[in-house]
Amino acid sequence: MAKGLIDLDRVGMTYQAASGPVEALAGISASIGAGEFVSLVGPSGCGKSTLLRIVAGLRPATTGTITVAGRAVTQPIPDIGMVFQAPILLKWRSILENVLLPAELAGKDPRSLRSRAEQLLEMAGLGGFGTKLPRELSGGMQQRAALCRALLLDPPLLLMDEPFGALDAMTRDDMALELLRIWGEKDVAREARKTVLFVTHSIPEAVFLSDRVIVMSARPGRIAADLRIDLPRPRTVELRATEAFGKLNLEIFRALTGKTSMGTAF
Amino acid sequence: MTKFGAMANRYWPTLVLFAFLLASWQAAVTFGNIREYLLPAPLSVWNALWHGDTAWWPHLWTTTFEIIGAFLMAAVVGVALGVAIAWSPVLANALVPFLVFVNTLPKVAIAPLFLIWMGYGIFPNMLMGALIGFFPVVINTAVGLSQVEPDMLDLGRVFNAPKWKIFVKIRIPNALPYILSALKITATAAVVGAIVGEFVASQRGLGYVIVTTQSSMNTSVAFAALVWISVVGLLLYGAVVLLAHLWAPWAEGVD
Repeated sequence: MAKGLIDLDRVGMTYQAASGPVEALAGISASIGAGEFVSLVGPSGCGKSTLLRIVAGLRPATTGTITVAGRAVTQPIPDIGMVFQAPILLKWRSILENVLLPAELAGKDPRSLRSRAEQLLEMAGLGGFGTKLPRELSGGMQQRAALCRALLLDPPLLLMDEPFGALDAMTRDDMALELLRIWGEKDVAREARKTVLFVTHSIPEAVFLSDRVIVMSARPGRIAADLRIDLPRPRTVELRATEAFGKLNLEIFRALTGKTSMGTAF
Repeated sequence: MTKFGAMANRYWPTLVLFAFLLASWQAAVTFGNIREYLLPAPLSVWNALWHGDTAWWPHLWTTTFEIIGAFLMAAVVGVALGVAIAWSPVLANALVPFLVFVNTLPKVAIAPLFLIWMGYGIFPNMLMGALIGFFPVVINTAVGLSQVEPDMLDLGRVFNAPKWKIFVKIRIPNALPYILSALKITATAAVVGAIVGEFVASQRGLGYVIVTTQSSMNTSVAFAALVWISVVGLLLYGAVVLLAHLWAPWAEGVD
């Protein structure tokens, strides 16, 4: 098996529910290379968020092995940044202090990272907002701050769990572009970019962002398809209107549903 | 509009109603031939407050001291127990049933025992106030400490943050609005406890004043004592509200 930054080898996960054991994931094998942007799409409850947490070492897999950067994952791994569906900023801290939180949690001196935090906020378009409280920012801005927090310690791996799922459609499309810009689509060499594992419900979002889309089936979650997205980077708004973009959407839709036509789903 | 103007705009109905009730009361007593020992007129109460034979200061001081002591005891013990419960499941299992039992006891019924155990004095009355007021603090502290988003805790685990750090940086600030909200209840309970304690055993205090007026039928003095009690109660309550405003401004409008 190819050695990537993340290697999943027949990963399965079964949990005990009140009604008995539930198989959430079965036989997940995949290899994700350094610098790759990979999206996980699948129906609700297919275990894609669980898989993300297994990669982070936050949940144990029942079977199989997970290797990140050559080391088996048995407990939470520190070299990751996480972004969740909700920004989960601490309400009592300013935006800047929220961005610095990982430093404090990891036992680093937040003062030494202050200028980096300010740079990140600047880059995310939150330059003047460092001293504001989270509630003074819009949902989209809060989620940008959460992204800055995830990037503070410069982790090689970014795990994102439906980060734009709670935003309105327009903000969502904006955030996708922002994310690619911050990720360094234009100005960072491919190998030097962060590896991103991105969970989403949205097929167009997955296609727009990713180098690769892994389609998962309903419970137990299995890999139904693993598609390379060979669209040119940097991605632009116009790309959404191209035939190639549409075809990839359709292909993923088919893999997801087993249907040959999009019907009325779009 | 100025701040004063805004306040006047908001509170004039309260003031009007209050003035109306006082005036009706005075009129009812003056023109309705109600006997003074049954219901003293507001003016008699006013006289008892400022021109009567009662030297209010020692009583006021004693009761205030008891109330503040009761409040602080309830706050410190309540928060400590809440932290213990949230910190360790073993402690939670040991403490919670016991605390629920203590809470279901009618504390007033214990007051005579306090007299037997501790005699007359300020401390047993403080303890009574603390006993009545500590429970909501325990519960709210424990709830506030545990109502943290699981994703936030995952973030802590990713960075391998020690448990105490999660408490200090995330759980305790998160619990602060909950604790302050419980302290508003405690502020009222501390007043009740101190007065109950004084009813049962005391030689000084506003509760003591009320008990002594029973035999002398000096009702206006009892009413005057009530005025003082509500002044102390309101000031303490106001102090907690102010504290909440200063310490947890992000939680404004939560409760």
